[in-house]
Amino acid sequence: MKKIESVNDFVIKFANVNGSGSASANTLFAKSIMRMGVPISPRNIFPSNIQGLPTWYEVRVCEEGWLGRRGGCDLMVAMNPQTWEPDVAEIEPGGYLFYDSTRPMPQSKFRDDIHVLGMPLTEITNNAYSDPRQRQLFKNIIYVGALSALLEIDVPEIEKLIAEQYKGKEKLLEPNIKALHMGRDYALANLPCPLGIRVRRADRVGKKVFLEGNSAAALGCVYGGATFAAWYPITPSSSMAEAFAKHCRKFRTDPETSKNRFAIVQAEDELSSIGMVIGAAWNGSRAFTCTSGPGISLMSEFIGLAYFAEIPAVVFNVQRAGPSTGMPTRTQQADVLSCAYASHGDTKHVLLFPEDPKECFEHAAVSFDLADRLQTPVFVLLDLDIGMNERLCEPLKWDDSRHYDRGKVRSYQDLEAGARFGRYLDVDGDGITYRTYPGTHPKRGSFFTRGTSRDRYARYTEDGKAYVDNMQRLLRKFETAKDLVPKPERFDARKPSRFGVIYYGSTSPAMREALADLEAASVEIDALRIRSFPFHEEVIEWVNRHEHVFLVEQNRDGQLRTLLIAEGNVDPNKVTPVLHYDGTPITARFIRGEIAQRLGAFNVTPIKKTAATGGGE
Amino acid sequence: MTYLTKPKLHHPELPKNKLGFTRRDYEGTVSTLCAGCGHDSITGAIIQACFELDIAPHRVAKLSGIGCSSKTPTYFLGQSHGFNTVHGRMPSVLTGANAANRDLIYLGVSGDGDSASIGLGQFAHVMRRGVNMTYIVENNGVYGLTKGQFSATADRGSKSKRGALNADESIDLALLALQLGATYVARSFSGDKAQLVPLIKGALTHPGAAFIDVLSPCVAFNNHEGSTKSYDYVREHNEAVNALDVITMHREITTQYDAGTVQEVKQHDGSVLRLRKIDAGYDASNRITAMNFVQERYARGEIATGLLYLNAHPRDLHDSLNTVATPLNQLNERELCPGNAALEKFNTLLR
Repeated sequence: MKKIESVNDFVIKFANVNGSGSASANTLFAKSIMRMGVPISPRNIFPSNIQGLPTWYEVRVCEEGWLGRRGGCDLMVAMNPQTWEPDVAEIEPGGYLFYDSTRPMPQSKFRDDIHVLGMPLTEITNNAYSDPRQRQLFKNIIYVGALSALLEIDVPEIEKLIAEQYKGKEKLLEPNIKALHMGRDYALANLPCPLGIRVRRADRVGKKVFLEGNSAAALGCVYGGATFAAWYPITPSSSMAEAFAKHCRKFRTDPETSKNRFAIVQAEDELSSIGMVIGAAWNGSRAFTCTSGPGISLMSEFIGLAYFAEIPAVVFNVQRAGPSTGMPTRTQQADVLSCAYASHGDTKHVLLFPEDPKECFEHAAVSFDLADRLQTPVFVLLDLDIGMNERLCEPLKWDDSRHYDRGKVRSYQDLEAGARFGRYLDVDGDGITYRTYPGTHPKRGSFFTRGTSRDRYARYTEDGKAYVDNMQRLLRKFETAKDLVPKPERFDARKPSRFGVIYYGSTSPAMREALADLEAASVEIDALRIRSFPFHEEVIEWVNRHEHVFLVEQNRDGQLRTLLIAEGNVDPNKVTPVLHYDGTPITARFIRGEIAQRLGAFNVTPIKKTAATGGGE
Repeated sequence: MTYLTKPKLHHPELPKNKLGFTRRDYEGTVSTLCAGCGHDSITGAIIQACFELDIAPHRVAKLSGIGCSSKTPTYFLGQSHGFNTVHGRMPSVLTGANAANRDLIYLGVSGDGDSASIGLGQFAHVMRRGVNMTYIVENNGVYGLTKGQFSATADRGSKSKRGALNADESIDLALLALQLGATYVARSFSGDKAQLVPLIKGALTHPGAAFIDVLSPCVAFNNHEGSTKSYDYVREHNEAVNALDVITMHREITTQYDAGTVQEVKQHDGSVLRLRKIDAGYDASNRITAMNFVQERYARGEIATGLLYLNAHPRDLHDSLNTVATPLNQLNERELCPGNAALEKFNTLLR
């Protein structure tokens, strides 16, 4: 029988039961490989429930460093009887199935083209432990021990990780190490160690760091000077608010008084969250909320107020699959349009699209500068894939010479010196007006903020001319934003190409791998990663320069494509959507298959045929 | 245009307060509400209260929602920053503003439509969070801007201008505020300035969530026979439990009352709230008896007014959040940004 043979390049998937305590054991497994210098990209695949239903943890091990989801699975650790059949079916031919063999299973439950590794895990744990919870938790560590033998993972790395995990709780350290070795010893004695797939120490991780996008974004908020956050729990954004609280406790507690240099309010709902953010930002705090699609729907009225009244507000949208409740624990990029045009009337909002945790950090920090400079809501669009999964990325950096851009604010001294002040006077011609914080000056600079139409001095008016003047200025401001938002990133093919591909956000790792595969198959295609909206001029020029452009995104309707057509005025026939929206993270396999197929329609034949151009999943 | 400035000419001999401001310095633009509207009387009371408390107008942030009442902040404290937010959601904006700068005085003005219907949730939560503010509901039991529909505070059985009977039970916002944890709860009548002004002064000096439900008849749509929010009805059924004097920390105490009928409450800033009990048995320091009292009087068709409840030493939102004394909006970059060295250390934890 064929046997998958691969060193440092395979996918392992753990099928578990939600609430069984498998998450920390699975993370331990993945990190131990990373500590051996081999890049990993794990993903949590979980249902929308609390306990008892299936959950998966999929780890791609890839020495080459591709961090997108590969698709398929070489080794399935099948710990959930409920999902046995689909789990077994998912294994690549020649792959491996590791399962709990305490209870005998009929041959019909297995496949002939995979290698089966049975280990009586329940029996082993029942013999070793009497406490039911211990049995459940240590069973997970025992299978990690067995896998360390099967895949030749360095045990000292796992032991070090366990020691780090239980620092300060030494009582738990020894039993975990014991369980690890129990599993390892069993595997060495009874299973065909090592397998065809295995890990070898490499030096491919370097200084890279491993963290979740939500946590990185939260840290970016700390570095960006956010002092106020209001939020309402919603998957997959809740961990961002929780991470902000954690980072703030670490970095923002006054050492002398133990008082907080921040305020975080868990609001009663999304409406209140954004209302508080607007109030805080109106009053001069850098403030944000984090939410997901349904939250944006609820916040939309307030977002319109912030747009029209010109109040900075930063909104992190960790997108999930919609519409409505959709698939709340699955990933998509489906809120691009709802964020770009949130609220009624004519509105346009600034959007940022970070590609990895490092950029989540950077975009979070820069979003406060943008919001202050432009005095408008700024949306940072993450998604579940980037937000709730740990990912390898370059280390986070901060330039200590950097200063916050608080935008156009008239101080007491400015007003005292007689600076001209009209809240909505476009003094500089860039559409951005000056504001004052409440309480600045006893006699000058106060104004009334409202969502109704007003003149340049913030006085209520229903005069059509004044309204149009204001709306035109807002457009002018949006034009100004084009030069302030992060620029797109360009990747030119080795040879001039008629074709281009646009992508954004968490699609990056899969896209880069797909491009490398296409290039290896001599398919020359330029690429452009869009990092923000409004689109930089370069985006439109780039599209117009190409005969045809593919736009890869994770939603049904090609939302960024719509935005490009509507706001960039590009020819719709020129832009072909490549869409993936089943809730799983897009794979390189899918992208290259789709592009290769469409290129075929344009009579583009690769110089040499490889599997890379062979088709989709 | 519906914006009218007031002439800036002041009579040279207008009395000035300790800050050198005249009462007119606390005014805003000309009211566009109907002549005789109760809300304009409340505007007058706010102006007087701020003048008498020697509050620097620019240190007040005035916020409102949507509706007739919510238009009123333009009519007072012209030198204050104001914020006319969205319908019913003023409390959240005020909460955020307060979190950003704890040093300002926050005055929220709302209406019964704004607070008791769409805004009921935010009303509840701003009270339970103990946001340091004065929250005034200008309560007329009717939607004036949309021409006369019942609001959620209209009493069951009361009559609309068109003669329809209200079939729904009413919401008593003062009772709700008591239940939800407001630490200063009062009710008054827009037509009783002598009672209302001190109550507003007390609320402005109170270091926690202060709520005043002010019955404020709508002359256009709810001032007829059968309305329980009309001038005549409120005058006839008003029963004051006490009267209040507010003595600020820098003002000499001159008012005297007979012993045994006066209760003095000192607040953290040294201001003294002097309560003269009209109903000798009324205890404004007990939340539960206050709730019972209000309900008993309501059952008898009476409207209990005055300072219904006071906790002179409340915890406010900043106490709960353990925030620094410096307003968050005044923290500098050094205090906010941990810098690259800290980030490098953090990076090492992520490998």
